Amino acid sequence: MINLLSNLDRRWIFLAMGLCVGIPILVIGITGKTLPETPTPLAEAFFNEVDVAGESKGRRGHLLMAFDYDPASAGELSPMAISAVHQAAQRGHRMYFISLWPVGPRMIDESISKVIDRHYPDLVYGEDYVNLGFKAGNEQVIKVMGVDLTTEFRTDTKGTPLAEIPMMKGITSLEDFDLIVEVSAGYPGTKEWVLYAATQYEIPMVSGMTGVQAPLMYPYYPGQLKGLLGAIKGAAEYESLVNDWILDDGFRTALIEGGMSEEDAGPLAEEFARDPGQVSTWVEGAQAAADLTPESKAKLIDLATGTIPGEFLEGQRRMGPQLFAHLLMVLLIILGNVIFFAQRRSGGRS
Amino acid sequence: MQVLTRSIPLLITGLAGLVMILSAFFPYTSDWGKTAGQFFNILAAFAFVLGGGNLLKIHLKKVSDQSEGWGYSGVILVCFIATLVVGLGKIGVYPSADHPNVRLSGETQGTGSAFWWAYEYVFKPLTATMFSMLAFYVASAAFRAFRAKNFEAILLLGTAFIILLGRTFAGVLVTGWIDPEGPFGGLRLEELSVYVMQVFNTAGNRAIMIGIALGIASTSLKILLGIDRSFLGSGD
Repeated sequence: MINLLSNLDRRWIFLAMGLCVGIPILVIGITGKTLPETPTPLAEAFFNEVDVAGESKGRRGHLLMAFDYDPASAGELSPMAISAVHQAAQRGHRMYFISLWPVGPRMIDESISKVIDRHYPDLVYGEDYVNLGFKAGNEQVIKVMGVDLTTEFRTDTKGTPLAEIPMMKGITSLEDFDLIVEVSAGYPGTKEWVLYAATQYEIPMVSGMTGVQAPLMYPYYPGQLKGLLGAIKGAAEYESLVNDWILDDGFRTALIEGGMSEEDAGPLAEEFARDPGQVSTWVEGAQAAADLTPESKAKLIDLATGTIPGEFLEGQRRMGPQLFAHLLMVLLIILGNVIFFAQRRSGGRS
Repeated sequence: MQVLTRSIPLLITGLAGLVMILSAFFPYTSDWGKTAGQFFNILAAFAFVLGGGNLLKIHLKKVSDQSEGWGYSGVILVCFIATLVVGLGKIGVYPSADHPNVRLSGETQGTGSAFWWAYEYVFKPLTATMFSMLAFYVASAAFRAFRAKNFEAILLLGTAFIILLGRTFAGVLVTGWIDPEGPFGGLRLEELSVYVMQVFNTAGNRAIMIGIALGIASTSLKILLGIDRSFLGSGD
């Protein structure tokens, strides 16, 4: 048995990995169920920074959204980029998209198309968001942007001069942004933004990155990086935070619009967001519900029974295949060591 | 010739480096840094052309010599030239909404264009596939190479288990019974994985980063002062 296992054809391992990834994808695709996520302080910090951006200056947050990744790492990074755009759009921030990677503009287009075009069609290009596209030069682009942004970017991706774009008024350098939201797959990426922008100009910065890169960036948290999302796990945590917050916000708005005071609506909305199943019984039986308007009740039920669009669940969906792939890895390591010790005991090759 | 091949490049390097250092420390000189940065960015744009030329030179030579793997070089050349033609020629690009009567007014990468098609149906699936294949090779390597041969290897294995399980729902399944608010809450796998990353990993990486930074500073100084001239390709 040990000999059989020690000479195991690696194609069996490939098949096992294929099944461990493929079956959960199919099951999640059919059932729509995802695994629950408990956000870590790092994901919460990321969320909070985006949430409060611009508050200290009493204005809408001006977010520099730097998407420095390509399709190779989009599986890990797209869900965080989409969630960041989702939160910023819902919060009413202004978004300035740029990329230091040649393929980055495609990633920006994808996020804009999936979030803004589909779910926030009221946002106006040039007033609420702008796409400045790709610029060659790696960290030197960041350095020049720190002194004079208009020297580096003269037009947006559509060729419109920056002077003609309403939301570019008053934006002359990196210091005019309230927060840098970086999604990074390598060089140039998080490290360069930390070194040449966040540290030098003391601009708050949050970053999402690949699993390979994350261990190298932990030393910057919480000093230079105010929030950090590592790999698909970080994406899933942040995604669940954004989805819960939007649901909570929806319940709160519906309750307040229905006539409930803000003090009472807050805790109740949180409770509904945690367990939307209780909304129907609350609407029918609770004393407080009797005073609500019928429109408000209908909105509460809509929110409780509605489904979250697929693009806002990508991170959580991908945690299913990751769970089984990791379990297989653990199993293979144990199996490999069992074979190793068995062979060593019997005097075989070590 | 020495002046052109050695003295002038050394002078440019030294001056550019000096300007960048000054602009970082003295706000009065920040505009100098901006100008040097602009020069660099223009050069970086030229580097794309140089890179393309280099790629053509290497692979054309491989094809013409019919050296080992020349077929792959042929594929690279065909793909490179095809992408260049559809991109520069704006093949299949729809006119933009602002200028519907101007044939090439749309974006090169706009939906429906040949460049978009190549990106969406060739580049994107190929790069995603390459990255996905890592999972299979890592699994195979874990089975064959990850052995508890000594104390250091056991430590590494233990850490790997904590991270592998703690970064998925398995961590909650295995140690979810531990009260997160209780005295042993830190032993939950998801908590342990954060602890490993934030304490042990950060401590190690910070030391490495400081070492690298000192190394970069000393190497940069040698280049700026003209002591290290290896970047000129002279060999000394």
